Amino acid sequence: MNLLEYSLQQIINAVSQGSMFALVAVGLSIIFSLLRLTNFAHGDMMMVGAFGTLVMQLAGVPFLLAVLLGIVISALVGIIIERIAYRPVRGAPDVTMLLTSVALTYILENLGILLFTSSPRNFPLPDWMNASFNLADGRISFTSINLLTFGLTLLALLFLAWFVRNTQVGLGMRAAAEDLTASYLVGINVNTVIVVAFVMASSFAGLAGVLWAAQAGVVEPHMGFTPLLKAFVAAIIGGFGSIPGAIIGGFVLGALEVLIQSLPSEWGLGAYRDAIVFTLLIAFLLFRPGGIVGVKQEVKL
Amino acid sequence: MSETLLKLERLEVGYGAVRALKNVSLEVKSGEVVALLGANGAGKSTTLRAVSGLVKAKAGSISYANQNISKLNPTQIVALGVSHSPEGRRVFPGMTVLENLRLGASQRTDKENIQADLDRMFEMFPILSERKTQTAGTLSGGEQQMLALTRALMNRPKMLLLDEPSLGIAPLIVRQIFATLSELKKTGTTILLVEQNVNIALNLADRAYVLRTGEIVLEGSASELRANRERVAQAYLGGATLHDSRAA
Amino acid sequence: MKYSRLIIALGALLAFTLLLPNILPQYFVRVLIVMGINIILVSSLGLSNGFTGVFSLGHVGFMALGAYSSGILTLSVTKKLAYLPNLPGFLAGYNLPFLPATIIAGLLCAVVAFLIGIPLMRLSGNYVSVATLGFLVIVNNVLINAETLTRGARTFTGIPDFTTLAWVMAWLVVTLVVLSRIAYSPFGRAMRATREDGIAAQGVGIQVLPTRLIAFTIGAFFAGIGGALYAHYLVSFSPATFYIAMMVTQLTMLVLGGQASLTGATLGVVIVTILSELLRNLERGFDLGFVKLPAVFGASQIALGLIFILVMVFRPQGLFGDNEIRFVASHKNNKPKV
Repeated sequence: MNLLEYSLQQIINAVSQGSMFALVAVGLSIIFSLLRLTNFAHGDMMMVGAFGTLVMQLAGVPFLLAVLLGIVISALVGIIIERIAYRPVRGAPDVTMLLTSVALTYILENLGILLFTSSPRNFPLPDWMNASFNLADGRISFTSINLLTFGLTLLALLFLAWFVRNTQVGLGMRAAAEDLTASYLVGINVNTVIVVAFVMASSFAGLAGVLWAAQAGVVEPHMGFTPLLKAFVAAIIGGFGSIPGAIIGGFVLGALEVLIQSLPSEWGLGAYRDAIVFTLLIAFLLFRPGGIVGVKQEVKL
Repeated sequence: MSETLLKLERLEVGYGAVRALKNVSLEVKSGEVVALLGANGAGKSTTLRAVSGLVKAKAGSISYANQNISKLNPTQIVALGVSHSPEGRRVFPGMTVLENLRLGASQRTDKENIQADLDRMFEMFPILSERKTQTAGTLSGGEQQMLALTRALMNRPKMLLLDEPSLGIAPLIVRQIFATLSELKKTGTTILLVEQNVNIALNLADRAYVLRTGEIVLEGSASELRANRERVAQAYLGGATLHDSRAA
Repeated sequence: MKYSRLIIALGALLAFTLLLPNILPQYFVRVLIVMGINIILVSSLGLSNGFTGVFSLGHVGFMALGAYSSGILTLSVTKKLAYLPNLPGFLAGYNLPFLPATIIAGLLCAVVAFLIGIPLMRLSGNYVSVATLGFLVIVNNVLINAETLTRGARTFTGIPDFTTLAWVMAWLVVTLVVLSRIAYSPFGRAMRATREDGIAAQGVGIQVLPTRLIAFTIGAFFAGIGGALYAHYLVSFSPATFYIAMMVTQLTMLVLGGQASLTGATLGVVIVTILSELLRNLERGFDLGFVKLPAVFGASQIALGLIFILVMVFRPQGLFGDNEIRFVASHKNNKPKV
C-alpha cells in the first residue's frame, strides 16, 4: 500500500467518523445557542432512533420506512422532553438546566434497559447496506454505511443551512440564538422556534443513531453516551453554539481520532484516544473558549 | 383620533428590592406622539419594557385598545400591533439587514404585503437598501438605528415604542431619523418616545411626561413645556432632593 | 461547655456503631456502611459544587483514584504477584495498613485536584462542568489502559475487606467536622461570595481562584477517602464501577438535600438510599399471593431520575437550600448572611 492509498483510506475513515460527530454536535450546538442548555440527553436520541428503527423492523416495516419512523420517534421524544422537562427550567441557572438533562439521560437510558434490557441487540440491515466497495485492488475499501453516513449528513446539513436562511422559523432560530430579548420584542414565537430546534436536533441525532447502530451492528441503551461526549468535544472545539463551528469541530475531531489510531502502535497512544481528545477539550475551554470559529461571549441584558 | 390607545394606571414595577416605577399613570391617545423625559435611571426604559411585556408589573394595569395587556407575553403584545424599538437598538448583529427586517414581520398574517413594506422601508432609508445583504453588526450606529426603527415598523404597528433613537448617533442622522418620525406621525402612527434630548423630543411630541426616580413629576403639552424650560429642568433634577434609583 | 452536645452525640454514635453490627442483620449494616461512605462523598462534593458554585462532575473520578490507589497500597504482596505481576518495584514489595493507605489515597487526590484545579477553576458555569466531566472520562480511560497498575477493564480484586461500620463512622465524623469548620468560617463566607457573584467578591478583596481551588482540593481529598473506604468495602471493582451511573446517584443525593448544606447532603443521602433500597426490592418483583409482580429492572433508577427532575423544577435549591440543623452551638454565630 503506498502513501497515497493509505492517506485516501484514512481520509475516508476520517470523513465518515467526522460526519457522525458533526451530525450529533450540530444539534447540541443549536440547543445550547437558544437555551444555554448543555443537553446530556441529546445522545439518548440516538438510542431512541436506533431502537425505534429496530422495533419497526421487528414489526415488519420495510427497512427504509422503519428508519424514517425511527427518526420521527426521536423527534417526538425530543418534543416531549422539551415540553415536560426543559420548559419548566427554562431561564434557570445553567447548572439547573444541565442537571435536568443529566437526570433525563438517566431516565431515558434506564427506560431503554427496562424495555429492551441492557444487553446489546442485533441491528438487522438489508444486504445493500452491508455492501463494501474496493478500490486499488482492495487496498482502499469502504462500505455503503460509510457512504451513507457522509451523504446523509451532507443532506441534513444542507437542509439545515437552507432552513435557517430561508424560513421564518429558521431566521427566528438564528435571531433567538443571537439575542433572545430582542427576539421577543420583534414578535418571534420563541416557543415554536425552540420546539422546532428540538425536532431538528433530535431527528439528526436519531439519524446518527441509526447510522451508528448500522456501523456497530448492535443497539443498546447506553449507545448514545460515548458519541454524546464526542459531540460535546466537537461542538466546543468548533465553538459552542455555532452551527458551522459544530460541523467544523465534528470533522476536526473525526480526523484527529483517525490520526491517533493510525499512530505507530509502539507509542501506545491509540488506547488513550479518549484521554487525548478530552485533554484537547479542556485545553480549548481554557485557551480558546470560543472554539475554532471564535463564538463571541454572550452579552446579557 | 382622540380615543385613548394606551393607558397605564398606577403602575408599579420592581427589579428585586428596587422599585423602578412607582404609581405611574399615563395615557397616549390614538395618533398622538408622547415623549417620556427624565434623567438616567428615572424609569423611562422600564415603562416601555413594562408595556411590551418584558417586565411584569407588580401592581397597576396597562391597557391597550381597551384590553388589559399586563398579563400578556411580549409575543402576544407584538401581535396586537405594539412594536418596541429597544434601548441600544438590539439589531441581530450576525444577520443581514434584510433578515432583520423580515424578522420584524414575524407576527404579520398578511404575508403578501411584506415585500411591499420592505420596499417602503428601503425607500425611507435608501442606505439600508445598499446594505441589504450586509450583516447588521457591520453597520454604523446610525444605520443600526434606522434598521431598528424599520424592523419595528415591519410589524405595521399601531403603536410604536421608541427608546432613545438619538443616542450615540451623529446629529445629521438624528435629524434624518426624526424627519422620518414626523412623517410617520402624519400617517397616524401613535408613538411613545423615550428621549434624553429634550429639544428634539418636544419638537416632535404633542405631549410629554417627566419621570424622576420612577415617578411622574411633570406632564403637559409639548408647547407648554417648550415655553417653560425651567420647570422641566427643575422636574428633571428635583430641586435639592436629588436621588437616583439607577433602576432603568 | 460548647462541645458537650457534640461529645454526647459522638459517644452515642460510637456506642451504636460498635453495637449495631452485632444486633442488626448484615443487610442493614451494609446499607449503613454505603450510606456513610456516600455522606462523605456527597458532603465533600457539596463543598465545591454547592458552597463555591463550581459545579464539578468529576468527583467520581477522584473517588476512583482513591479506590485504586488504596487498593494497590494495601494489596498483600502475594496477591500483588498474582494479580498485578508487572507492578513497579516500589509498589510491589510491601503493603500498607488501612489508615495510612486511606490517607495517602486522599492526599493523592488532593494533589491531583490542586494541579488540575489551577487551570480549571477559571472556568465558569457549564464549562467547568463539562471540563470536570472530561476529567472523569480521562481517569476512566487511563484506569482501563494502565493495566500494570489496575488490571485494566478487568475486575480489580483481592483487596482486603477493611471497611467496617466503625471505620466509616469515624471518617464520617472527621469529614463532617472538618467540612463544617471550613464551610462556616470566614473562608466559608468567601466561598459563598464567589458563588453569588465572582466579580463582586473580587471587589471586596476575595481571591476567587484560590478560594475555589482550596474548596475543590479539600473536596477531592474526601472523595479519595470515600473511594478508599468503598474499595475496601466492595473488595473487587472495575473502572466501570466509578462512572456515570455513580455520578448521577451522587448528584441526585446532593441536589435533593440542598447543595450548600451539610445537613442537606446528609439527608439527601439518607433519603435516596432508603428510597433506592425500597425500590430495588420492589424492582426484583414480588409475589403478593394473588398477584405476582414481574421484575422490572431499571425502574428504581427511573424513579430516582424523576425525583431529580421534580427537584430541579420545583425546588432547585434542594430540601434544605443553604440551611443547616446544628449540633454544635458555637457554629450558630457563624451563620452566614448571604
